[in-house]
Amino acid sequence: MTDFKSSAAGGRYTGTAIMLHWLIAVLIIGGFWLGWVMTDIPGLTPTKLRYYSWHKWIGVTVFALAWLRVLWRLSHPAPPLPAGMPALQRLVSNAVHGLLYVLMIAIPASGYLYSSAAGVQVVYLGILPLPTLIGPDQQLKVILRLTHICLNYALLGLFVLHLLGVVKHTLIDRDGLLARMIPFLR
Amino acid sequence: MFISPLKSSRRVALSIAVSGALALGLATTAQAQVDTGKSAISAVSKQMNVPVNGTFKKFTASVDFDPAKPAAGKAQFSVDVASYDLGDESFNKEVRAKEWFDAATFPNATFVSTSIAAAGPGTYSVSGKLTIKGKSSNVVVPVTFKQDGANQIFDGVLPIKRLQFDIGQGEWKDTSVVADDVQLKFHIVAAAKK
Repeated sequence: MTDFKSSAAGGRYTGTAIMLHWLIAVLIIGGFWLGWVMTDIPGLTPTKLRYYSWHKWIGVTVFALAWLRVLWRLSHPAPPLPAGMPALQRLVSNAVHGLLYVLMIAIPASGYLYSSAAGVQVVYLGILPLPTLIGPDQQLKVILRLTHICLNYALLGLFVLHLLGVVKHTLIDRDGLLARMIPFLR
Repeated sequence: MFISPLKSSRRVALSIAVSGALALGLATTAQAQVDTGKSAISAVSKQMNVPVNGTFKKFTASVDFDPAKPAAGKAQFSVDVASYDLGDESFNKEVRAKEWFDAATFPNATFVSTSIAAAGPGTYSVSGKLTIKGKSSNVVVPVTFKQDGANQIFDGVLPIKRLQFDIGQGEWKDTSVVADDVQLKFHIVAAAKK
């Protein structure tokens, strides 16, 4: 059995980084699932409208938390990768993590602009009206919709790679790397 | 005069056309010509607290108003509900359906004034009968009036409850998604006929 507490990498992410990671992970999975389901509902139903609103509120939350997370990461460096890790693996790891950060911000942003272009304002939690950054625009709407969808498929791909990384480090390398991101271990 | 393209609505359209013609016939004095190009009628609803603005692209209106004699004034509107545009054809199609406007059965929403009274400087209370989806209600519309050269400009907002007119039936009765409160906004530009 892998002893998670004696991580070969040494050091753990900070409690704040761990909390942000899991909070954003849950929100992204929920938001992604809602987006998937709501766009499959034919026609227009109250449930569909509700899901759209919830989806947007989740997106706005992820967007805000992602910036917070970027700031936190810049001021609190991640624990170093295992010493013996090959250069290519380091490159892949850094690239996947970097792109995940980019998408955490770009996906909500594209969705928000898509909503603006469609002429639908976002009212956060049904309470706080947020500014419509662009006016209704049919052509932009089509482009932004496609952008939002493509970025989400990219996210799905990166998420799978991220999980494969977990599987590799836990089952193959058995280096306990996962322990760096598991909450309440200490 | 509005002519409905929908066969099933011909009789309704005809009756409205006749009543409209009668109203026009009665108003033999200086009849103002409403410029529908410059005028606008919209309905703003709230969906999950998000204001959703839609405009009625087609309507006919006749206004006969002299600020010196407001009580003698008359106003009449007939709005083609199928022309309601939310900026997305799939939404437009939905609101034309039976649960919302039921545009096939009730092609027009109408307002016919019964009395006009001065309510303050440049503002008037226009009482009348508002009919949407076959349901009538007596309403008092606050209207501001402005003379702009030869043009008469009327602006106002009338808050209504959509459920009073059966707008949004079935599962749409749930006002937590689409609020009961709807604002009808209008900006009417009329040029006095010489």
